[in-house]
Amino acid sequence: MKIMVAVKRVIDYNVKIRVKNDETGVETANVKMSMNPFDEIAIEEGVRLAEAGTAEELVAVSMGGDGTQETIRTALAMGADRGIHVASDEALEPLAVAKLLKALADKESPDLIILGKQAIDDDSNQTGQMLAALLGWSQGTFASKLEFDGGHVSVTREIDGGLETLRLAMPAVITTDLRLNTPRYASLPNIMKAKKKTIDQMSPEDLGVDVTPRLTTLKVVEPAKREAGVMVETVEELLDKLKNEAKVI
Amino acid sequence: MNEDYSDIRSSVRSLCAGFPGEYWRRLDANREYPADFVAAMTEGGFLGALIPEQYGGSGLGIAAASAILEEVHLSGGNAAACHAQMYIMGTVLRHGSDAQKQKYLPGIAAGNIRLQAFGVSEPSSGTDTAALTTTAVLDGDHYVINGQKVWTSRAEYSDLMLLLARTAPIGEGKRRHDGLSVFLVDMQASLGAGLEVRPIKTMINHATTEVFFDNLKVPAESLIGEAGAGFKYILDGMNAERIMISAECVGDARWFIRKATDYANERKVFGRPIGQNQGIQFPIARAYAECEAAALMSQKAAAIFDAGKACGPEANMAKHLAAEASWQAADMCLQTFGGYGFAEEYDVERKFRETRLYQIAPVSTNLILSYIAEHVLGLPRSF
Ligand SMILES: Cc1cc2nc3c(=O)[nH]c(=O)nc-3n(C[C@H](O)[C@H](O)[C@H](O)COP(=O)(O)OP(=O)(O)OC[C@H]3O[C@@H](n4cnc5c(N)ncnc54)[C@H](O)[C@@H]3O)c2cc1C
Repeated sequence: MKIMVAVKRVIDYNVKIRVKNDETGVETANVKMSMNPFDEIAIEEGVRLAEAGTAEELVAVSMGGDGTQETIRTALAMGADRGIHVASDEALEPLAVAKLLKALADKESPDLIILGKQAIDDDSNQTGQMLAALLGWSQGTFASKLEFDGGHVSVTREIDGGLETLRLAMPAVITTDLRLNTPRYASLPNIMKAKKKTIDQMSPEDLGVDVTPRLTTLKVVEPAKREAGVMVETVEELLDKLKNEAKVI
Repeated sequence: MNEDYSDIRSSVRSLCAGFPGEYWRRLDANREYPADFVAAMTEGGFLGALIPEQYGGSGLGIAAASAILEEVHLSGGNAAACHAQMYIMGTVLRHGSDAQKQKYLPGIAAGNIRLQAFGVSEPSSGTDTAALTTTAVLDGDHYVINGQKVWTSRAEYSDLMLLLARTAPIGEGKRRHDGLSVFLVDMQASLGAGLEVRPIKTMINHATTEVFFDNLKVPAESLIGEAGAGFKYILDGMNAERIMISAECVGDARWFIRKATDYANERKVFGRPIGQNQGIQFPIARAYAECEAAALMSQKAAAIFDAGKACGPEANMAKHLAAEASWQAADMCLQTFGGYGFAEEYDVERKFRETRLYQIAPVSTNLILSYIAEHVLGLPRSF
C-alpha cells in the first residue's frame, strides 16, 4: 500500500497569536512555525503502518512558501520516505489545497491519503472532505483508530455521544483526530538521514491547478476581552443579578 | 554561525515536553537521578551528537550540541545528568589510540557504555589543577592509583571515568602541569577493588560524589595518549565543555525571561499588571539584552571551535557572560514573582539554585577573569 500524507506549516501552538495592526490577518513575521499537530498525527500513523509492513511507501506533501520545506523535512525525519513541495506564495484556501492534492493523487496513485482533521491556524476542517469529493473516494473523518483488511479500512470515528465505525473501500481519504496516536519526536540520527531524502518541487501551474483565492477576508480582529467575573454570596443574589443586571431570566 | 538547527531544536523540545516541571520537582525533592529523561535523550541519539558517524554518532559539532543543551534548559529541565556523556568522549576521540576508539566510541554513541564521570577536582586542588596529588604508578602491565577526587559528578551513573592523575611529581617537568596523565578507568570493574564512591549532598539535584582510590590497579592500556601530557589533552575538552555550559546558561536565562514576562503580564497589583511598571519591565528587558549578547558570544565560540581553531578566549568569555546572564535573569525572575517565586510549584526557586552553579563550576568566574587578564590582555600572572 502506498500512503500520501498532507502536512501544513502553521504558527506553533505555543505562540501567542497577534493580529496585525491593519486587521488584514495575523502576524507571521518572525513567529515560530511548526507542523500542524493533527498532521503530526497523520504522519505518525503513516510511519506506524510502514513499520508494521502494511505500507510500502510514505510520501509527505505540502504546499506553501519556502519555509514549507522545513515542515516536509520534519515529516521525513519522523519517517516519511520522500517529500513533494508545491511552491506557492499565495494564501491557499482549502479548495485550492484540495485541488492540488487531487492533482498529486492522480500523479502518485496512493491507496490512502491521510490528513489532519483541521489546521490549528484557520480551523477550516474542509480540505479532507473536499479532496474525497473531488476524487470520488470514500472518506473517514475524525479517525481515532484504523484497521486494515484486504482492500478495506475500518475507521473508528469520534462523534457526538460515542464512537462510530465505518468500513471503507480503498482508495480512501482519512482525517485524523487527537486520539489516533501520540506522534514521536524525530531522533537525531533520523533528522540527519532526512537531510539526504529527496523533496520534489513543483508549482500549481505544473499541476494545472488555479489557486486564485475565491474568498475575500474583510478583516481580522482580536477576540473581545472577557470581563472579570463576580463572586456572589447567595442564590438570591445570583437570581437578582441574572434578572436585573444580565437580564437573561 | 548561521545554522539555527531548528529541526534538532524542535525535536528536543518535543522530547522535553514529556518531562515537565512536575517531573523535575519530584526528582529534586528526592535528590533522584533523572533516569527516564536520560534514557529518552539516549534513545533519541542526542547524546551521540558529537561522535563521528563512523563510530555510530551523528558527527555534528559543538554548535549543534549547544542547541540541544540550550533547548533542554529552556524547557525548564536540566541537562547536567547527561551532558558529559556528550563531550567527555572528546578526549578519547582526539587523543586515544585506534584500539581505544574502536573499543569505546560505538558503545558510547549507542549509550550502552556511559562515559560521563570526569575526575579532576580534588580536596586540595580545585581551581589549581596542577596541584592535584592523586598518583598513578606504573607497575609492570598496570598502573596503581592512590588518592582522592571530589565533586566527581555522575560517578554512580557512569561505566567509565576519565581520570587525571600524576605519573610524575610536580617540579620534575618544566611546567607545573607536566607529569599529569589521563586514564580511562573502568568503574564497574573497580568498585570494591580499590575504588569507592560516596555521594555528596548539595543544594541542587546533581548526583555528585567523592571518589577514593586505594591501590586501584588499572591495565596499562587505560592510559590515553602519552604519560605526562595529560593536561594538554583535557584542555581542548574543557573548551568544549565551557561552550556547551554557556548554551545551558543561555537556555536558563531565556527560561527565566519568558517566565518573568508571562508573570508580569498576568499578575495584577493595584488593578493593573505589574509588568506595566517600568520598575518591573526594565530588569526583564535588561536581562533579555544581556542574554542575547551572551548567546552571540556562545555561538561565536562554537563556530571557532567547530572550525578547528583555538578558541580559549571565546570559550571562556562565553561561559562567563552566559553564567552572568543566567544568574542575573534568575535573580530578576525571583524578584518579579515576589513571594510566589519561593513556592516550589513555579520552578523558579529550583532553576535559581541550579543556575547559580555555573559561576563556580566547571570553572569559577575569577579564574576566567584571570585567564583573560593574563592570556588575552597580557597583564602579569597573579598566582
Ligand atoms: C555541583 C558541582 C559539580 C562538580 N562536578 C565536577 C566534576 O564532575 N568533575 C570535577 O573534576 N570537578 C567538578 N566540580 C568541581 C569544580 O570544578 C570546582 O568546584 C571549581 O573548579 C572550583 O574549585 P574549588 O571548589 O576547589 O574552589 P577553590 O579553588 O577553593 O576556590 C574558591 C574560591 O576562590 C577563588 N580563587 C581561587 N584562587 C584564586 C585566585 N588566584 N584569584 C582569585 N580568586 C581565586 C575561586 O574563584 C573560588 O571562588 C564540581 C563542583 C560542583 C559544585
